[in-house]
Amino acid sequence: MANSYYDPADLRKFGKITEWSEEIGNKFFDYYGKVFEEGALSAREKSLIALAVAHVVKCPYCIDAYTKDGLQRGITKEEMMEAVHAGAAIESGATLVHGVQMMNKYNKLSM
Amino acid sequence: MATKSLKARQVELAENDTQLDILNGGIFADGELPYFKDKIAEIGQFPLRPKKLEILQINVGYMCNQVCEHCHVDAGPDRKEIMTRETMEQCLEVIRNTGAHTLDLTGGAPEMNPNFRWFVEEAAKAGIRDFIVRSNLTIMRANKKYYDLPQFFKKHRVHVVSSMPHYTRGKTDKQRGDGVFDKSIKALQELNAVGYGLPDSELKLDLVYNPSGAYLPGDQAALERDFKKALIEDFGIHFHNLFAITNLPIARFLDYLIASENYEDYMYALVDAYNPAAVANVMCTNTISVSWDGWLYDCDFNQMLGLKVASKVKHIADYNEDLLNNRNIIISQHCYGCTAGAGSSCQGTVA
Repeated sequence: MANSYYDPADLRKFGKITEWSEEIGNKFFDYYGKVFEEGALSAREKSLIALAVAHVVKCPYCIDAYTKDGLQRGITKEEMMEAVHAGAAIESGATLVHGVQMMNKYNKLSM
Repeated sequence: MATKSLKARQVELAENDTQLDILNGGIFADGELPYFKDKIAEIGQFPLRPKKLEILQINVGYMCNQVCEHCHVDAGPDRKEIMTRETMEQCLEVIRNTGAHTLDLTGGAPEMNPNFRWFVEEAAKAGIRDFIVRSNLTIMRANKKYYDLPQFFKKHRVHVVSSMPHYTRGKTDKQRGDGVFDKSIKALQELNAVGYGLPDSELKLDLVYNPSGAYLPGDQAALERDFKKALIEDFGIHFHNLFAITNLPIARFLDYLIASENYEDYMYALVDAYNPAAVANVMCTNTISVSWDGWLYDCDFNQMLGLKVASKVKHIADYNEDLLNNRNIIISQHCYGCTAGAGSSCQGTVA
């Protein structure tokens, strides 16, 4: 048992989750694989979306995986950083838009 | 960026035995990852055997004007191993009599061999179907004496296959050295100017892409699409096909993997991406590789590891196609590089 919560070596064991629940584990990986195929969006575009979301959900495994995936697809570091900013902007916007709620409440409670 | 070969720096990894010890030991010896031999035995492909010989790949010397970080040849300006005219004559004798339909000249920078032009002229006369020269592009701009190479290639209907790691300056120069991108673009424009790589042109110009780091190449067709779009939009450059080639863990790339602590992850990635369907078409099943001094190998990678063919015939002077076709191919863990994903060869994907 590792003495830390995250171990980079655990990423390559991800597939093993099917061992304890084969059917739904396989369904997840089938779904996952299908999602990232070429479609109305290119696999390249989806890789950048995944990288942005990886940062927003703060998943270190996903950040490793989609940085590498981006490199494999020839995505540049400038494109990757812009994707991260897109995720960060939505995340900070999501915080800030609650400021309107604060303002509403403030105004309601104030004479 | 390195400026000297491992050999010139007298690095331990320049020794073949050291590299083979690494490839056969560690995570493979302790059973964490399976040996390549065991993986191909699962599909009845061990021992790996050649099919019909199609490609004769001749390495005319390890000298190069560049010192690329990933180079499996450990090539560079300080390498003095150059094929002599005498060995070239032995090669020509074989080219005239071989059943192979493709002649593939590589290096180093093959153009730096002082007998290169003579050899191309003589080999072109042999009437082989596809005559490839692997050019690093920058050589065409390295010195005035190379400026007319595009016309020379055109005259002899040479199929030019050129390295181009990315369509951006930063990534290209990081892997291959400062200024390489601009010189490569200029060389590609000059090849286009004489007709190479244009749509419907019979003057074939293909590009080789290999990753600038410890990761595998992505989908070849998608990369080709991205390269074409960027090179046409930014520089008006045309080419025919892009070959996505996996970096094999030998020589300078192995040195990089170990120094950057990426070796184990990279080997995991190669083994995870093992594709049994790629095994049947790996390059060594239809290729013979000839070194600058005339020795025969299953592929250019085995040549760099000093693993001569397992046959009574080991030298171009004694070349015998029937005997060679009867050999077992020598394998080690670097072979996972050719069976990962869609497979990898000097002609790109194989599966």
